[in-house]
This record gives sequence, C-alpha cells and structure tokens, in this order.
Amino acid sequence: MNNRIRFLQGNEACVEAALYAGLDFFAGYPITPSSEIAELLARRLPEKGGKFIQMEDEIASMCAIIGASLTGLKSMTATSGPGFSLKQEAIGYAIMTEVPCVIVNVQRGGPSTGLPTGVSQGDVMQTRWGTHGDHAIVTLTASNHQDLFAITVEAFNIAETYRTPVILLFDEIIGHMREKLILPEPGDIPLVERLRTSVKEGTDYHPYLPREDGRLPMSDFGGVHRYNVTGLVHDMWGFPSDNPKIAYGLMRHLVDKIEGHVHEMTYLKEYYMDDADCILISYGSSARSALHLVENRRARGERMGLLELQTLWPFPVNAVRERCEQAKHVLVVEMNMGQVMQEVKKALGEPDKVFLANSLDGIFITPTDIQNILRLIQGKGV
Amino acid sequence: MAVKDYIRQRFMPHIWCPGCGHGIVMSNLIRAIENLRLKKNDIVMVTGIGCSSRISGYLDFHTLHTIHGRALAFATGVKLSRPDLTLIVPMGDGDALAIGGNHFIHAARRNIDITAIIMNNNIYGMTGGQFSPLSGYGKIATTAPFGNIDEAFDIVQLAQAAGASFVARTTTYHVTSMIKILEEAIEHKGFSVVEILSQCPTYFGSKNKMGDAVDILNYFKAQTTSIGSKKKKENPELIERGVFIKKVRPEYCDEYEKVVKKAQKAKGS
Repeated sequence: MNNRIRFLQGNEACVEAALYAGLDFFAGYPITPSSEIAELLARRLPEKGGKFIQMEDEIASMCAIIGASLTGLKSMTATSGPGFSLKQEAIGYAIMTEVPCVIVNVQRGGPSTGLPTGVSQGDVMQTRWGTHGDHAIVTLTASNHQDLFAITVEAFNIAETYRTPVILLFDEIIGHMREKLILPEPGDIPLVERLRTSVKEGTDYHPYLPREDGRLPMSDFGGVHRYNVTGLVHDMWGFPSDNPKIAYGLMRHLVDKIEGHVHEMTYLKEYYMDDADCILISYGSSARSALHLVENRRARGERMGLLELQTLWPFPVNAVRERCEQAKHVLVVEMNMGQVMQEVKKALGEPDKVFLANSLDGIFITPTDIQNILRLIQGKGV
Repeated sequence: MAVKDYIRQRFMPHIWCPGCGHGIVMSNLIRAIENLRLKKNDIVMVTGIGCSSRISGYLDFHTLHTIHGRALAFATGVKLSRPDLTLIVPMGDGDALAIGGNHFIHAARRNIDITAIIMNNNIYGMTGGQFSPLSGYGKIATTAPFGNIDEAFDIVQLAQAAGASFVARTTTYHVTSMIKILEEAIEHKGFSVVEILSQCPTYFGSKNKMGDAVDILNYFKAQTTSIGSKKKKENPELIERGVFIKKVRPEYCDEYEKVVKKAQKAKGS
C-alpha cells in the first residue's frame, strides 16, 4: 500500500491518471500553468514505448492528437486559456469527425494573456461554446487529487465510449497544489477500450453509420478498411454531402449522443445535503473553500450543504434541480462572473433564490469571502 | 492495378474546373504509387482545405481531409503513431504556405518522413480567386484589383532552408518527369517537398490574361528549364525544374525510437 502513496501536484496526478487510463500519445506546447503535464509525459511516455511530441504551436498539438487517435492510440493534449482558444477549430473537427481525445485546460486568469499564474475558472463557457457551430461537448473537473485521478480516467472512458473529445477543466490551484494521492491499483477503476469494427476485410465498412445504441465501431488508420474522414458534413462512408437529410441526421446524432446520455456522464458529490436549506454549488478548487465553510457552519447548527459538480457539460440540469428544490438559498461559488450560476438559475427556474460568491482577481476565493456574501443574503450585514 | 482502381468511383464527379491542373497531379501521383508497388492499406493521405485538398476524397487510401493549413500537423500525429505507414500530404499554395506556413517549416525542420506535394496554382481557387503568398508581385486577384504588392515565396528555397531533405520542382506540363520525381520523393526517407506548378485557368489565368489551360501549360514549358541548364545561364528569369536537394539526414521517427531506448534504459538502471 505504502508504495502507492504519492505527494504531488494536480498536474502530476493528471499524468498518473492518463497513463493509468492507457494514454499512448501526447502532443503539447509549453504554457503556464499546465507545462508540468508535458514535462512529465516527455519522460514517462517513452519509458512505456508511447509517443510524446512537442509541436510548433497549440493548434498543431490538437491536430496531432486527432491524427494519432485515428491510428488507434489513446491521445491527449494539455494547455491553458490562450492555448485553449487556439485549439478550438480543431476541437470542432474532432467533434465533427467523432475522434476520441482528451484536452486538459488548466485555467488561468483573464482574457488574453491575463494572469498566467493566477487562478480562475473563467473558461467554463469556452469549453461549452468555444468552437463554432451547434454541438455538444463533455467537460469534467475535480477539486482534489484523488477525484482528479478518477475523473481523468473517466474522461478517457467517455471519449472512447461516445467517440468525442472530452475537456478536463482544471484550474491553477488544482494544477499546482500538492497533496496526497493514493494511486489506484490496476483494475480498481474500469477502463473502456476502443470499440473496433468486426466487419471483415473486403466487406463495405460504414465508419459513420451508428449502431442501434448510437455507437460507431472504429477501424484504425493503417488497418484493412480504408475510409474518408472529413470535417465537412458527411454520409455513412465519410464522404462529403450537402443532402439536407444527411446534414440534419448528422447534427442530431452529434448532439443526441451526448445530450441523450447526461445521466451516464453526470458526476457530482454531495456534502450535508439531506436537510440543507442553504446549498452551496461549486466545483474545482473553489469547492474546497465552499466545503470548509459548510463544515464550519454545520458545527454551529446551520443547515447548510454543498453540491460539488464534477460534470460541467452536459450540464446536469435535472440533478441540480432535484437537489435544490427544497433550498431557500442557493449560492454558487466560482472564480468567474457567474458562468455556472447562470446555468443553475436556468435549471432551477427560480432565479431569485440563486446567488453568486466569486473572485475575479486571480486570488483564491476563501471561506471568509463566501461567508461575507452569505451574511448579505441572510440579511445579517457584513 | 489500373488507375481507376485507385479512385473512389462513389466520389465522382470531382469538383475541379475544366482545364484545372490538379487532375494531372492526381493521375501522375497514382502512376507513381503504382510504379512503387505500394499497398493501398499502407498509405495515409492527409489534406487541408482548398481545391487541391479534395484529392484525398477521390483516392482509395486511408484519407484524412482536415482543416485549413493544418494537414501536416495531423499527418505528424499519424506518422509518429505509425512510422511504418507512408504519409502523403498534397496541399495548395495558400494552404501550405499562408495559413499552414508554420507547420510546413517545422515539419521540414524535424525531417519527419512525410511527402508534401504543393500544387501551386498561385491563387485561392475555392474561395474565388484571392491572391496567395505564391501569386507574385503585380499579379491581379479579387483581393488585389490594382495589382498585388506582396512578394511571393520561393518554395524550393524555403523548404531547403527549413531543413527538408528532399526538395524538387516540376510542372503539370512535364508529366513524365513529374511521375519520376513523385516516386523519388515518396521513396526518400525524410521530409520531401515537391512543388508542382499547376494551372488555374478559371481564376489566376483569366485574371492575369494568361489564356486557357493549354496556353498556361505552354507557358510552363517556355518559362521553366532543368536545373543548371544552359538556357538558365542565358536567361536567369527562367524557373528551374528538377531535384534540388536529396540528402540523408536523421529522420524524426527514427530519432524518437532512440529516445524510447534511452528512456527505457534509464528506467531499468
């Protein structure tokens, strides 16, 4: 047991988890605060015969992992805000072509270059709508290294199951904070391997014809089935088409395969929620301050609970609504201008009971910050 | 195999205009691959966006039609994952050298074993005739109605300076030598660049009063000459054709294998 205990950064925990999940290919470009992921994988991947490449830019890194995934390798890239912006077109390509891959975004502050070493959770909406056109996406996050490990493995599992890019949205505190991680034993967390076609050589293979369950078995590039992959609207052979029926069917398929499985992709944690009349909703590192406050107030007899979201997209509308129905106040704790708060308001349908405790200055939100907002809500003054 | 066995009939008709040079390149590329006896399952063709990039859909290989300018980045991911596969990346001049210029020089610098074919028709055809980085000073385009003030790249010099270990130029007029050059480029281990001057009678030709497709082919014949020929000495304005550089230089995937060995040795010790 002892030799499975680590004391490490979140970025390092992410690497351990990705390797546990079967990562074979990483392409990246240096950027704060995610560079440790690339640095560590530059050692670890060649050790296991995997592939690591530092590309010429962020765009190229995203493109390279898509190419690698098409040959059958589990692939990942890691970046932060400015780099995440640059990757958006290729993320859309991975959505359209249904290529499994994982993109880590360790968030930093501000638009543009912003606060490279400051903490923020300002990219929540960018993970949802960063690439152009209607689409669905999966975004996962975590507030501690043990959860980060599990959710990273889950990101690979979802990517393979649904043939989709999955965004791991961490933040600077989670990425750089050191804490204990107990490495799971092999087999502790189930791994999803790629579903490959059973169609034999010489038989017409339809790479983009979903099975009844919506899944599309793949064939590796370099294998016996030669097919076309394109970012254009395409038919079941992967050939470009502007047939309205095909366009409609493809759009529905791409969105429904995610939005129709919200329940299977919903990861959340509940603390003291049973009788809570004041509920904090948070995620990532800010959930740590929220939990600290909740435990303090509980000790004083206040009926306060925390709903920690690990799935941000598809947003778990029903799960959030059900859990907040009885609450008098819902306070969303996040380090942005209310990106998840807006979703909570929509989900609850009672916008007047939803409030925001936030920070925008690159400094970690503290329990006291949240407490001050709470006093205002509860009419106690500051 | 017959030429038609390399073509996806389902995909026809193609989108290229009458007189376009890209079909000549496709036909000769098929002949080169046939001559090399390569297996279709071993070939991955990656393209970006533009008229030329549609070639990937028409051919019966593993084909990846990607986003504008990034074909070489996708191809790098495929090649590093499966070094045993043959990677061919046909691009247009705008795709390869404007939006994709960075990937082009870095693929050359790494000397990764990919064959880049630049079908240079001096214009953005698919979007309707805007000037490209290969149009040249004084040329007319829809976005240069008063004459282009951008100077053109010299692809051959650029590729050599960036580190490509095989660099050649040919034209759609010079069919026989194009096949030979393509064969050599694909066989060469390392990053190979083949610039093929290709006619766009619809936009570049018509805007610049170059006549029809045959006139432009005759222009290629008249305005180009073999590397180091007597004609070149007499008329330095002529564009040289042939293989400019072919050298042995460490290839990226081979070098990566050495990294794997070092890493595994360090871990074992």
